[in-house]
This record gives sequence, C-alpha cells and structure tokens, in this order.
Amino acid sequence: MQWETVIGLEVHVQLATQSKIFSGASTAFGAEPNTQACAVDLGLPGVLPVLNEQAVAMAVQFGLAIHAEIPEVSIFDRKNYFYPDLPKGYQTSQMYHPIVGPGEVEITLEDGSSKRIRVHHAHLEEDAGKSLHESFSDGMGHGMTGIDLNRAGTPLLEIVSEPDMRSAKEAAAYLKAIHSIVTYLGISDGNMAEGSMRCDVNVSVRPVGQAEFGTRAEVKNVNSFRFVERAIEFEVERQIELIEDGGKVVQETRLYDPERDETRSMRTKEEANDYRYFPCPDLLPVVLDGAYVDHLREILPELPDEKRARFQAELGLSAYDAGVLAASREMAEYFEEVKDTCGDAKQAANWVMGELAGALNREGLPVQDSPVSARQLGELVGRVLDDTINGKAAKQVFQALWNGQGQSADEVIEAKGLKQVTDSGAIEAMIDQVIADSPAQVAQYRDAEPDKRGKMIGYFVGQVMKASRGTANPQQVNALLKEKLDALC
Amino acid sequence: MHDKTLTELAASLEAGEFTSRELTEHLLARIARLDGELNSFITVTPERALADADAADAARARGEAGPLTGLPVAIKDLFCTEGVLTTAGSKMLANFVSPYDATVVERLKAAGTVSLGKANLDEFAMGSSNENSAFGAVKNPWDASAVPGGSSGGSAAAVAAGLAPAAMGTDTGGSIRQPAAFCGITGLKPTYGRVSRWGIIAYASSLDQAGPMARTAEDCALLMNAIAGHDHRDSTSVARGVPDYTEELGAPLAGLKIGLPVEHFGDGLDPAVEAAVREAVAVYESLGATVREVSLPHTHYAIPAYYVIAPAEASSNLSRYDGVRFGHRCKAPSDLIDLYKRSRAEGFGEEVKRRILIGTHTLSEGFFDAYYKKAQQVRRLIRQDFLDAFEEVDVLMGPASPTPAFDLGAKKDPVSMYLQDIYTIAVNLAGIPGVSVPAGFVKGRPVGLQILGTHFAEQRLLNVAHQYQQATDWHLRRPELAEETT
Repeated sequence: MQWETVIGLEVHVQLATQSKIFSGASTAFGAEPNTQACAVDLGLPGVLPVLNEQAVAMAVQFGLAIHAEIPEVSIFDRKNYFYPDLPKGYQTSQMYHPIVGPGEVEITLEDGSSKRIRVHHAHLEEDAGKSLHESFSDGMGHGMTGIDLNRAGTPLLEIVSEPDMRSAKEAAAYLKAIHSIVTYLGISDGNMAEGSMRCDVNVSVRPVGQAEFGTRAEVKNVNSFRFVERAIEFEVERQIELIEDGGKVVQETRLYDPERDETRSMRTKEEANDYRYFPCPDLLPVVLDGAYVDHLREILPELPDEKRARFQAELGLSAYDAGVLAASREMAEYFEEVKDTCGDAKQAANWVMGELAGALNREGLPVQDSPVSARQLGELVGRVLDDTINGKAAKQVFQALWNGQGQSADEVIEAKGLKQVTDSGAIEAMIDQVIADSPAQVAQYRDAEPDKRGKMIGYFVGQVMKASRGTANPQQVNALLKEKLDALC
Repeated sequence: MHDKTLTELAASLEAGEFTSRELTEHLLARIARLDGELNSFITVTPERALADADAADAARARGEAGPLTGLPVAIKDLFCTEGVLTTAGSKMLANFVSPYDATVVERLKAAGTVSLGKANLDEFAMGSSNENSAFGAVKNPWDASAVPGGSSGGSAAAVAAGLAPAAMGTDTGGSIRQPAAFCGITGLKPTYGRVSRWGIIAYASSLDQAGPMARTAEDCALLMNAIAGHDHRDSTSVARGVPDYTEELGAPLAGLKIGLPVEHFGDGLDPAVEAAVREAVAVYESLGATVREVSLPHTHYAIPAYYVIAPAEASSNLSRYDGVRFGHRCKAPSDLIDLYKRSRAEGFGEEVKRRILIGTHTLSEGFFDAYYKKAQQVRRLIRQDFLDAFEEVDVLMGPASPTPAFDLGAKKDPVSMYLQDIYTIAVNLAGIPGVSVPAGFVKGRPVGLQILGTHFAEQRLLNVAHQYQQATDWHLRRPELAEETT
C-alpha cells in the first residue's frame, strides 16, 4: 500500500525580550542557576504578573509577517498542572483567544518549488524552569533533582501550524522558514542549541487517497532541523510498520532520543492531564488598537520572501542564489554589504556563496562569526573588478584575510606583491623567456592543425603565470602569447 | 489612650499629649495582657513596632509628621511583610517569612504608621467566623462565646478590644464588612482595583480587595488616603486619580436617595437585626435622605456563583503551595507525588481543601461550561442589577449580616456558614464598594449596617457613614475589656 504522511508542527520560539514576560527579571542565557528568578518567577505568595509589552509587540510583528489576522482582544489563560519546575502550579498561556490568528508561511523545497503552509494561530506563554537530574545526589546513593528557575517566565511564542506538511523535508523547510522569519524580525535569536527554538511534531500516516487523517502521535521537544527530519522519518516508518502488521497507532506523546535515533512513548491519551484552563484573573485582556498594529506594520523590516524577490528582480540573481542569500538575515546583510562595497551583485554573490560559504562550512562558523568581514570581502572583490589582482591571487588574499594576516585586501596585496602585472613589456619579456625555454612545445604547436592550437596554448599560459607568481593579467598573457606563437608558425 | 479614634490619636500626638512610643508601649502591654485569651494576633512584633514609633516621634520632632505618622495599626496576616512571618492563617505557611512587603504595607510604612503585628484570620481568608485559622479561633471582644466573624476576624477583634486603633483587612465575599459588623467597628471594602493586591496572598484574585477597619468612617478615610491608588505591579489596579477621602466628610445628606434592596430584607433575616437596620435608615430620613425600595433580582444566585468562581480561582492560586520551594513540606517523601500529596494534605485545613476540591471540579473538562462559564454570566447579571439600582438611588442600605455574631462552634455545616455572606458576597461579584457601620445591638452583640455605592463612590460612602456617626453613638460603644483604663 502507498502511504501519505501528514505533519503539523508546534514551534516554541523564545522571544528576545530584555526581561521576562510577567516580571522584570533578566532573560539572559547561561547565568548561575536561580540567579535570574525574582519573587514573581518563584511564584512566592502574593506576587502578581505584569505583561511585558515588548513580548506583545514581538508576537504581533510575527503575526504581521505571516499575514495573519491580529484579533483586537486576546486573553491569557492558566494551564494548571503540578511539576517541580513550574513554580505556580500553572503556566500562563493563551488557550481560547490567542494574540495571532490564522496566517500562512511559504516554504521553498530543494527542487525550487514552493508551498504554502497554513498557521492555525500563535499564542504567548511563559516558559517553565528546568529540572536538572544529573549530578545531584545526597551522597548516599539517592538521586536528587535540582530545579533551575532562571528560564521560568521567559516569553515564548508558540506557533501552531495546520497539518499541511506531507514529508520530513517539508517539515524541515517550514521550520527553517519560521526560523528565518523570527530572526529577520529580530524577535528571537533562533538559537536551537540553547533552546531558543523548540518544536513538537504531530505525525500521522494514511493510505494515499484517504480523506480522513490517521491517528497521530506527538513527538515532543525536538531541537534541531536535522532531528525534526529524523524524528519524522522514524515515526513514519514505525507507524506504517505497525499498521501493516495489523496493529493500530494510539494517540500518545512520544519523545525523540537523538542518541538512539528513535522515538519512545511518554504517555498515552488516557494518561493526559486535564489542564483546567480558565482566564487568568490577574491579567487584563490585551486590547490592541488599530493604530498600534499599523505602527508595528510600518516598522516591519524587509522579510525573507521580499528580500528574495528583490534580489532576483533588482540585482538579477538567480532564484537559487537569491534564496540561499536571503535565507538568513545575517547572510543577507553580509551579502548586501559586500555588494554595496564592490558594486557588483553577481560577483558579490559568487564570492559569498563560493569562497566564503566554503570556508565557513569547513570551520562550522555562522556568517556573523566570519573572520573576514563583509567590508573586507567587498574590497577584495572590488580589486578583482578593477583588475588590480586576478582571480587566482584573490583567493590567496582571501585566505590571508581569513587567517588574520592583514587588515584589508590592499594591505595583503601590497605585502605579498600580488598586484597584477599589466605592463605588456614585462609580460612580453616573460613570454619570450618561456618560448625560448620550451622548444619542444613550440615545435608541437607549430606542427599542429590551426584549430587544435587553441587548446595547446594553455601550457604556455601556465608557464607564464608561474613565472609571474600568479600576478600577470591572464587575458593579456593569452592575447600576447597567441600573437607571438602564431608569428612563429 | 486606647479609647481614642485614629483621628483623635493623631491630634493627641500632634499636640504632644503623648508620644507614639508611649502609645505603642501602651498597646503592646494591652496585647500582652489580653490577647492570650482573645487570640487576635498571630504574630506581634514589639521591636519593630517600637522602632517604627521612635522613627515616627523623630519625624514629628523634625516637623515632618503626616496625618498618620506614629499611629499604630494591625495588619491581617494575609499581607506579606518583609522579614516577618506571613502565614495566611495556615500551617502551610507557618514557617514563611516574606522577603518583600505588600504595596499596602509599603504605603502604610511610608505614611509613618507603626505596625504592631499580624492579625489572625481564617486560613487563606476562607471563612466567615475565623474558626478556620490554623492558629486557633479568635474570640469576639463583646462576648467570648461568640465568633468575631471572618475572615478578617483578628483585625476586627483587635480594633474592637482596643488593642489597635485600626487594622488592615481584605474582603473577598464580606471578609471586612461582616467581622466589622460582628465586632461593632467600621470597615470599608473599596472598589475592586482601588487598592493594590500586590503582596496580598491570593484567595480569589478577581474578588480580593484590601481595605481599612477602624472605629469610625473618618478613620477609614484617613487610611484610604494612604493605601488607595494605582500600582504598576498589579495589572488589575485602576489608573485613576485618588481623591482626598476626608474632603467630603462634612457634606450634608439632604436629598440623598437611599435604596433598600427587598432581597436584603427577606427570609432568614433576624427580626431584631432588621429592626436595628430600619432604625438606622430612619436616622438617615431625619437627616434629609429619601428612602425607597429597589430590587436586585439576581441576588439569590450570588452565593452559588461565588462558590463556583472563588473556589475555581483559589484551586489555581493555591497550587503553588506544593512543598517544593517554601512552606510546609512533609517528612521523608518517597517520591514527587508523595511529596505533593502529603505536603498539601498536612498543610491545608478542611475548608481550604474543600474549596480546592470544588474549584478543581468546576474547572474540569466537561464541567467548565456548566459551572465556571455559567457563573461568569450570572456575575454579569448581578453587576448589572447594581448598576441599574444606582441609576435610581445614590446608595443602597441593608444589614451586613442576617444575624449578629453567632456562637463559636455553632455552624458545623459549611453551607449554613456560606449563607452568612448572603448580603455581602454579591458586592464582590459586582466589584462595587461597601462599608459596614455599627448600628445597634442584639442581645449584647453588635449589628452592622451595610452601605453600598457604585464603583469608585468611596468618598460618598464614607461621608454617608460619617454623617450617621455624627448623629449616633453606636460606634463609640466599647466592650468591657476595652473600657479598662489601663
């Protein structure tokens, strides 16, 4: 039987606010446990939440970026359950009236095709703390659990998609699109390793052609693009095998274990909590007036889709190049600075996607940590464009800049003597020497059919470039060589 | 000294008749002597009180005294006070020392008052008799066999017994007004949002409101001047200007339109209480007010709606008492669930557990619409009843409670206890202000007249109460133990 996969994603994005969603405590990552939790985050008796307006603005900007409806009124609800890292015994979230209504996200697949994924809604909520099970013990062999409440109260935007994805690749592309939107907006650092973006994946399978959805499993807390794909692939395989062996998929929550590359059951539907949602009486409904939303719309930055379209239409880049360069805000900003510095979009694109991307990949660095700044690379490309150096020398300059040998392209060119030789007298002298040193090759050239000679000239070009230590202008070398060799024929 | 009202004490301090230290020492001595029997305080803080008093006297010497400087108050033990045990009347918090001050406490400090200590209350403010305190019942200063009312029973008893000239209470369904009535003092529940809830241990967040309890309406006005106003730490506190609550206390009542809700004079009302209240209304007529009957047709739904909404909020608010971070933790838990179960089973009292169970049930899947949602709809109707009535009249009057203080141990059945709040509870659902003033006695136990106004009408309410107190002397009567000279 042919099977179709149906996937929906719940993406939790940590918003990059200065302070927590309902308190003034800092949200900075990596502080000593329990040093960034104030009375409100600890859920002490008598404390009250005050909504962080920055979190509201960020959520609305996300909504605007995905062309979503922004309801005039949204309401915070309490989700009640007991857990040691949930200090109040409830999480303040939005169940019935979320801040962002239905919207959509366009994803681009590897074959260049695109697809729209509908977003059901996005809501604001507070994060819980962390339970630390490792390295706690009473010294007598009894395990203990530590609680770190630094993260408690960190603002999260939970983005819930419709079940519109049909493959692991589509799910990964959707997650990348969300990542790209939130980082473009600057509302999250999108750092998945630090938990700034986490994802719950709903997966089901059904026979191709069947209209109803199959029973789904929810895979919790998947925290990388690759794990999303792996978790889905494992889960799809598991469900198909189960059904084909005569079994039934049960609705349950599962956990993906990246070490063993498998999902495991956490709890079934019967064991699910009754969260007893009700409107939080400590917070007023959030009322957004039209002028406020309009203002946020006006200050929206250029988004990935718009940037990609502009790169194609205005800069003449291919769809593929535009897509790669616009995928992250940092990459796009880097590219645009290179382009503005050198003045040639296509050359800038070639260098950023070629030499730079290759070097970054080798070292596993994000573009914002590149040792070669956009300005340095732009100047380097500029020196190729104005014929100061040739392409080969440019690669040497790039490597030198990458290794920190010099502050600018010009400095490296000067120090290494890589300036292109365009003086035809000097080039002619080198050519004459090469011809004199290569009688056998000259003889072959002379004896060859005229239409074969074009290929044979390569040898002489190579020799001349070598003699010039790569600094001779290759076009000039080519033209002069042809002239001189043909004169010998 | 303990015979004087807050206003009189302020004048005496200003005139140099005695110092705040002398006054404070006198009250601390009375507490030491009388409160063992009365049990109106959970924690007395003599060192702090004397330090506050000395600071107040020094401020006065520098010419920096305000209207409340050096005046002692008792604080219901539901308000967080920095560095002081804050128990909410519960074993659950018997070891909890708050690291911060409630806004009300902060404002009273800033006004120069002297904090005597933390007053007894029903556990987590759940109760109408103060019998639900883990720290023992409080006795009514008028009659040691009677309850003082609740949940601010300790606050009311301390003021009535002359242990403190004023106290802070909170009122979720009548918890200021009913004990004020039972103890023969004046208590104001302000409009919801008028006084910050920051630092008040939450019972039912959409109903809780703090207010003053003192001998006179004038004293309550003085205290309101210190505690009312917007607080950015409480999102439900209202950003609205605060008037001088003493400003209109002289205004004549001629032409005042009084409404008597027929539903507040129906079945279950003690005829002697009714007679006292009608007599009080007659006093108002003699002052130039006109009186008519009005109807609050949804009144009989108030108790059922309240006992859905308040327990629902309470069940969630009290989830934080889980034995993990503070408060009572059971000994040697075998695992996490055991820790939760035993810590909560041991830490909470019967009535608190009952309300947590009710609230958990009404919020459960499948019951939410029938209970919580319906109760919220009823709440809107009840609010509308009051708004409609205030289109016709300026204030509403009636009994604060259907009976005078009942005997300790008399109400065994929770529902009969809940029915005690029949006249007060709808006021919290509507969010309007109400005041209870002493209006006579039945068999030696005080009767309270409840006066209600529309949202933010505290100024008018306090004047209406004040004018009555100018014409009568019920509020000046003292129980025997407060009439001693030492």
